[in-house]
Amino acid sequence: MSKPTRHESAIGHVTGRATYVDEQHPPQGQLSLYPVQAPHAHARILEIDAEVASAMPGVVAVLTAADIPGANNTGAIVHDEPVMPADFVSFHGQAVAWVVAESEAQAAAAAKAVRIHYAPLPAIVDVPAAVAANAFHLPPVKVERGDVVSGLANAPHRTHGELMIGGQDHFYLETQTCWAQVDSEGIVQVTASTQHPSETQHMVAHVLGIASHRVVCRCLRMGGGFGGKETQANPFATVAALAAWKTGRPARVKLHRALDMQLTGKRHPFFARFEVGFNDDGLILAARIDLIADGGWSVDLSPPVLMRAMVHVDNAYFIPQIEVTGRIAKTNLASNTAFRGFGGPQGMVVGEEIIDRVARFLGLPVDQVRERNFYREGEQPDRNQTHYGQPVVDNVLPELWAQLRTSSDYAARRTEIDAFNRQHPQVKRGLAITPVKFGISFNKTEYNQAGALVHIYIDGSVQLNHGGTEMGQGLHTKMLVVAAKTLGVAQSRLQIMVTSTDKVPNTSATAASSGSDLNGQALKAACETLKARMATVAAASLGGDANAVVFAHDRVFLNDRPDHSLAFEDVVRATYNARISLSATGYYRTPGLSWDPKLGRGHPFYYFAVGAAVCEVEVCAYTGVHRLLRADLLHDVGETMAEEIDRGQIEGGFVQGMGWLTNEELRWNAQGRLLTDAPSTYKIPTVGDVPIDFRVDLFRRSKPPSTNVIFHSKGVGEPPLMLAIAVREAIRDAVAAFGDARCVELAAPSTPEAIYNAIQKVRGG
Amino acid sequence: MNPNNQFLLNGRAVDLIGADPTESLLRWLKARHWSGTKEGCGDGDCGACTVAMVETDAAGRSHYRAVNSCLLPMGALPGREIVTVEGLADGERLHPAQQLLVDSAGSQCGYCTPGFVMSLFVGSHDGDLSDHCIEGNLCRCTGYRPIREAAQRLAALPVIADPFTAAMAAPRRALAPASLGGFHNPTTVADAVALKQQHPEATWIAGATDLGVNLSRGQSVAPGFIALDRIAELLVIEVGDDAVHIGASVPLTRIEQELAGAFPLLDDMLPGFAAKQVKNRATFGGSLGSASPIGDLAPVLLALDAIVQLRGPKGLRSLSIDGYFLDYRKTQRAPDELIVAVTLPKPNSLVTASYKIAKRQTDDISIVAASFAIQLDAQRRVQHVRLAYGGIAAIPRRALRSEALLLGQILGDALVEHVRANLVEEFTPLSDHRADADYRRALAGNLFVKFVAEKLA
Repeated sequence: MSKPTRHESAIGHVTGRATYVDEQHPPQGQLSLYPVQAPHAHARILEIDAEVASAMPGVVAVLTAADIPGANNTGAIVHDEPVMPADFVSFHGQAVAWVVAESEAQAAAAAKAVRIHYAPLPAIVDVPAAVAANAFHLPPVKVERGDVVSGLANAPHRTHGELMIGGQDHFYLETQTCWAQVDSEGIVQVTASTQHPSETQHMVAHVLGIASHRVVCRCLRMGGGFGGKETQANPFATVAALAAWKTGRPARVKLHRALDMQLTGKRHPFFARFEVGFNDDGLILAARIDLIADGGWSVDLSPPVLMRAMVHVDNAYFIPQIEVTGRIAKTNLASNTAFRGFGGPQGMVVGEEIIDRVARFLGLPVDQVRERNFYREGEQPDRNQTHYGQPVVDNVLPELWAQLRTSSDYAARRTEIDAFNRQHPQVKRGLAITPVKFGISFNKTEYNQAGALVHIYIDGSVQLNHGGTEMGQGLHTKMLVVAAKTLGVAQSRLQIMVTSTDKVPNTSATAASSGSDLNGQALKAACETLKARMATVAAASLGGDANAVVFAHDRVFLNDRPDHSLAFEDVVRATYNARISLSATGYYRTPGLSWDPKLGRGHPFYYFAVGAAVCEVEVCAYTGVHRLLRADLLHDVGETMAEEIDRGQIEGGFVQGMGWLTNEELRWNAQGRLLTDAPSTYKIPTVGDVPIDFRVDLFRRSKPPSTNVIFHSKGVGEPPLMLAIAVREAIRDAVAAFGDARCVELAAPSTPEAIYNAIQKVRGG
Repeated sequence: MNPNNQFLLNGRAVDLIGADPTESLLRWLKARHWSGTKEGCGDGDCGACTVAMVETDAAGRSHYRAVNSCLLPMGALPGREIVTVEGLADGERLHPAQQLLVDSAGSQCGYCTPGFVMSLFVGSHDGDLSDHCIEGNLCRCTGYRPIREAAQRLAALPVIADPFTAAMAAPRRALAPASLGGFHNPTTVADAVALKQQHPEATWIAGATDLGVNLSRGQSVAPGFIALDRIAELLVIEVGDDAVHIGASVPLTRIEQELAGAFPLLDDMLPGFAAKQVKNRATFGGSLGSASPIGDLAPVLLALDAIVQLRGPKGLRSLSIDGYFLDYRKTQRAPDELIVAVTLPKPNSLVTASYKIAKRQTDDISIVAASFAIQLDAQRRVQHVRLAYGGIAAIPRRALRSEALLLGQILGDALVEHVRANLVEEFTPLSDHRADADYRRALAGNLFVKFVAEKLA
């Protein structure tokens, strides 16, 4: 397991042979779709006149709400999301109609000619305006423990603050895309870049008014997902399917970048207000926290995103008395959605903001205040339960933290940086160490299940199907490791199939860092079933007990007679000859989970993933420009199944988080039009933003875990993103060095402009 | 290959007859199932569509250049040679740029990977495998660390003789004149001017890094194009005693390399000007022709009192850069004139520096760009001063009032502060998606203070 395991498609990637959804050879007569976008953030639709457009060259159909045979809705939780609106436009750029034409260029040209008459209405385009108008989705929710009123009243010190946290575009390199056709039997075959093929299947069926068994959704690989293709692939799949349904011809959607950025939701911007009570040592005694997520025009996944933020405001810290209230602002913007961390990052940023306020209020080193507030499982069992009632077991964070402090040379660098700062009035350096504790599992208990289907063919080759999707995270690679290890065969014997809803039904989204935990166990179960069947056949031939049969190195033998072995393929053939099935399903549900969303209490997570980061930055007072000089990351992935894959998740997650907190700034105009809808205006990190001195290590734990995660690994998709909070806190540390303020307000994202403004404030300017 | 209606794609001649000259090479490739080259943005900002294009210099030496195929109109292709990601591996044997990306775990979702492969491939030929080689390639998955590692490992490999090095060593003729539909590729200035007379509605196009964005977005830019990127006269850099003459079509990459050290203002500005894929095509002529108020070259020219040479049917004329820009995207250039060269006086004893402030410090458009040139006598009395800015007004411009405050005065702390305060008030910039006006105003003043602190302390 220790030898490097490369991504299963690595050679396909570097040669350009790896095929993505829009690169399959198009079927004969395939049509292309292009949206007709609303020029208002909020308006009543008075009339749609497609007469001129319909007569244009190549145009086959102009689809509107009236063409939908089933339900005009793709809302995943609340049925509030029309595929195409019939009456009201809810955000600027919303697709009111889709033109279907022989070519994309023809569809785009005709889309301009569709005349739609609107009556514009007042629009709400940010959180403050939504609050002022009392515009919210769903009632507020609460997670609380103890008596926060008396906790605050009795605390020796109190402070309060507020913070607006910006959103983030997913900027997957492959934009939303899918194609659909109705086959000879009337089955709607959808191929989509989706993280949730089962939901895509159900939505297509729902919109077409047919049963789910009439729809198959397949996903090849995705060119990135990051949560942006969890629900938001569905609207495009439904219109492609609708076009295929209406015209009888295959139809495709591939969004251009600007369209993708305008039409799809992002990481939720959050507004937070907090009040915190603490003692002289910086120990937090009580906190009241209000979170408002900008949900956008529809509910989408906002409730669970908000809830994950609410159960991650504590990050790694025990807060005895706490009340967290959450609301979802209803704005006339694209509907915000899942994005790596799923609200957890926003919650944690608020938690770290509070810690920093406390430390600076008292004039204590921030890292010390962090440590003092940690959950400590063994030493302080009375300080080890989260505010939603789950104990923090297997908490290796204090140990990991101590290791990172040493390996990063934190104390000595602190001294050096302070000396540097005394000598440089216009340039300051900042250093910060921050922890991550992130709950693994879907908050919603029923999503924590998975299935797999494994076929062994009589030549000894094996086909693997599981419900997870590959978006670059290396899930398929890990699944190959699981199957090879379980069956005792070389990976060359295994073939991973594209994810398809007719192979494994009712799957959950590949999300919540749970793809490998869930699908790995399901796949392992299927392999174990097959192995058990083959073991009886092998045992008869080897003259032993089936329980003593070992599968290893493509051989099958009795555990006490490794020298007398059968070839794997011979056992397969013998099993077939004995008329025993060589096909098996596997199924898994995560044990021990419970969650009451009304009470905000339960045991929603199977375990916690932890890590910590130390970052050092330099900030220029003239310009507000910062540079990340060094980053040290230490993260717990358990026992890694594929080290390079896990390292890739840690490094990539960190850099993506850094982008969110620094240069990735979404701006809209007063009319609600997204101004930053292209990489020329929306700046994700480049290689130049990544420090040359970038040290990443996997934590080697000293104790085995109490949970039974697949091969003792840990989910790693999301947690490392939040290691980037160390960049934000290091910037704040540098900004603080320009003055002696007891409070350093720093906007998120910390663009040069934001940092410049923060410095001015610290300097009293 | 017939250079009039064909180009070489991975070593094979491909017909251009009937091709839409305004379609991008990227879309053309995709329509023909060359799907290794990816579209990540279609705006020339993500590098997923990077291909290698052969460029032959005046001395007959050939180089691979990384270019964004989304910005390259098919009209520019006749006679050219392109290598795409599909052309690198020899059967199952990967090119080192590919193998090292695999070995370094440099791909996750894989969608950006072909672009990185092509940048690394070109970098291995031109000898630059630093971060600059891959700054124009966005990756959303890896965090770049393993890709940087692949670049470093590639740089450490000995240069091997392979078909690509052999191809570069082969002698080539200069590109022939060619036309594809309404897209004309003349090879002399005289022909270009004559073509413009015949097709007054056609637009000049150089590296297509600006107009290519419009074309890629499906906008109809003009009924015809006259491309200036294969005119030998416009591809010359002449270094004189007092000044350097830069042909209007010289790609910025060449300026960066060939004039390194000659102009600190350019040395400061060009690394952050844009990514390699853009600098390999972008030109002084294009920058001055499009006259963007945020063009990063204009402040350099303003700081150095550059001369712009124009050629039209009535002949050649030279204009001072000061006054060349009239209003938002309006200049003194007549529609039938083309920019043929820029003359940059050498800075000699001037103290100069350029600054570019953007949200992202690589491959971004400026919030404010500034170029300063100043000369002090022994008493620190200001003998000469130019404070030039982009991003802060409808046109790139000098801070004339602040310059006047400085001229003839002794440069001390009080004066610097006075000028800073004046610079903050001298412009009325806009607030936009890049930054608010107040920040731009603050930068106008602070960058001058930074300049004095760093260069004149």
